[in-house]
Amino acid sequence: MRGFGGQDGRERRWTGLDKLESRNRPPRSLLVALVLASITLVTLDVSGGGSSPLEPARRAVGEAFGPAESAAAAAVRPFTSVPAWFRSKGDLADEVRDLEASNAELRGKVELAGFDRNRLEQYDGLTSAAEDLGSALVPARVVAMGSRQSQSFTVTIDAGSDAGVGPDMTVVNNDGLVGRVLRVTRSTATVLLIVDPDSTVGGRVGSSMEIGFVTGSGSLKEDAGLDLRLVDDASVPSRDDTVVTWGSSTGPYAPGVPIGTITEVYSSLREASQRAVVKPFVDFSALDVVGVMVPSGAASDRAIIEADGSLR
Amino acid sequence: MTYLRWLAAVAAVVVALTLQVSLFPHVAWHGIVPNLCLLVVVAAALTVEAPFALVLGFVAGVALDLAPPADHVAGRWALALTVAAFLAARVRQDQKPTALAVVGTVAASSFVATSLFALSGVLLKDPAMSVGSLLEVVLVAVVWDVLLTPFVLPPLMRLFARLSPQWATS
Repeated sequence: MRGFGGQDGRERRWTGLDKLESRNRPPRSLLVALVLASITLVTLDVSGGGSSPLEPARRAVGEAFGPAESAAAAAVRPFTSVPAWFRSKGDLADEVRDLEASNAELRGKVELAGFDRNRLEQYDGLTSAAEDLGSALVPARVVAMGSRQSQSFTVTIDAGSDAGVGPDMTVVNNDGLVGRVLRVTRSTATVLLIVDPDSTVGGRVGSSMEIGFVTGSGSLKEDAGLDLRLVDDASVPSRDDTVVTWGSSTGPYAPGVPIGTITEVYSSLREASQRAVVKPFVDFSALDVVGVMVPSGAASDRAIIEADGSLR
Repeated sequence: MTYLRWLAAVAAVVVALTLQVSLFPHVAWHGIVPNLCLLVVVAAALTVEAPFALVLGFVAGVALDLAPPADHVAGRWALALTVAAFLAARVRQDQKPTALAVVGTVAASSFVATSLFALSGVLLKDPAMSVGSLLEVVLVAVVWDVLLTPFVLPPLMRLFARLSPQWATS
């Protein structure tokens, strides 16, 4: 203690240490208590599974945060469109060329559509003759997105149980399948995107009608795509084939919604199955307006787009 | 004064969480956004007494776990942010921290919190992710948090210091 410059210096140091003791030493007991509390939450949530005891808490927090997220997204929206104003003539010319190219491609597809439609009619007639697939769309906007740190690919949309949205409903946008509703609050709903590694969608290859399972890859990059595994290992999916949802009356995904196109095909000898990479039609990094498929004629707080295109 | 401080802290967490899920996805890098809730917790740990910061870390973590669109196993962010608050409170010296110390604390807390969250995900297989993408997420998250530190930490630390006069003078 002599080394600290005599009585005066020691005095100062002691008061300093005193403060250091009181301020700088976080109580270990509190840390242990809070860590144990966190682990308890994890255990409750994991063991609960689908009917987790934390679902009511999630719902309550969702009711509180939903309107805040909607308001924040509405406030931000005018600014996110600003970059679109600053596009040069070159960009626009490029875009026109791209659109013309895709237009020509689509025209080519339309010319082949008669054949496809006939086949589809046959198929539909076989499997779901009595089923009325007429469903309506509840329009909604994405107001919040989960971060990659949280490792889940989920978004919040601004339509909830008041708009007629319920769990396990199919969410689409004008490009194709987006995901399904996980849980709803009164004004918002949480949607699991199909790129989430936990998401599995029953898929059907357009040309061969073979069924398989489409799993998310856990990446927003477009080239990462989705993973398709066919049930029948004898059939080989072909490139540029379209994959649509297989759908069932009990499952969450409505049948016939386009998912994406096959970009690569691998055959794995070890697992004796065909694996294909599917590039989704939807650009998940720029999600905005989506539609939730609800039964036709459902009650809602907003205008619903019916199957025949009319607003109600 | 304590009630006022709790009110301010919870309001800061709510604002941070809302911005984190609604504003920052528009500027995110491959879906990775700055963790504003973590910044609020670190600001508290650097200015007010440790128990407050620890409990605030837990509360902010539970909010991150439960607020939509979260869908992971609840309690994982609570664990990560509690430990981050503990570390940030330990790192603090008994004087006003220098700018460099603040940035270092944020970087360390961000690294520890995001890694803890990722590791808990690996343990719980929720979901199983590759090591490469985990590392990418952790490192980009640290860069994001450090980038936002100069804009977020000083006003928050001033706010917390003003609401706790016994420490404000030192």
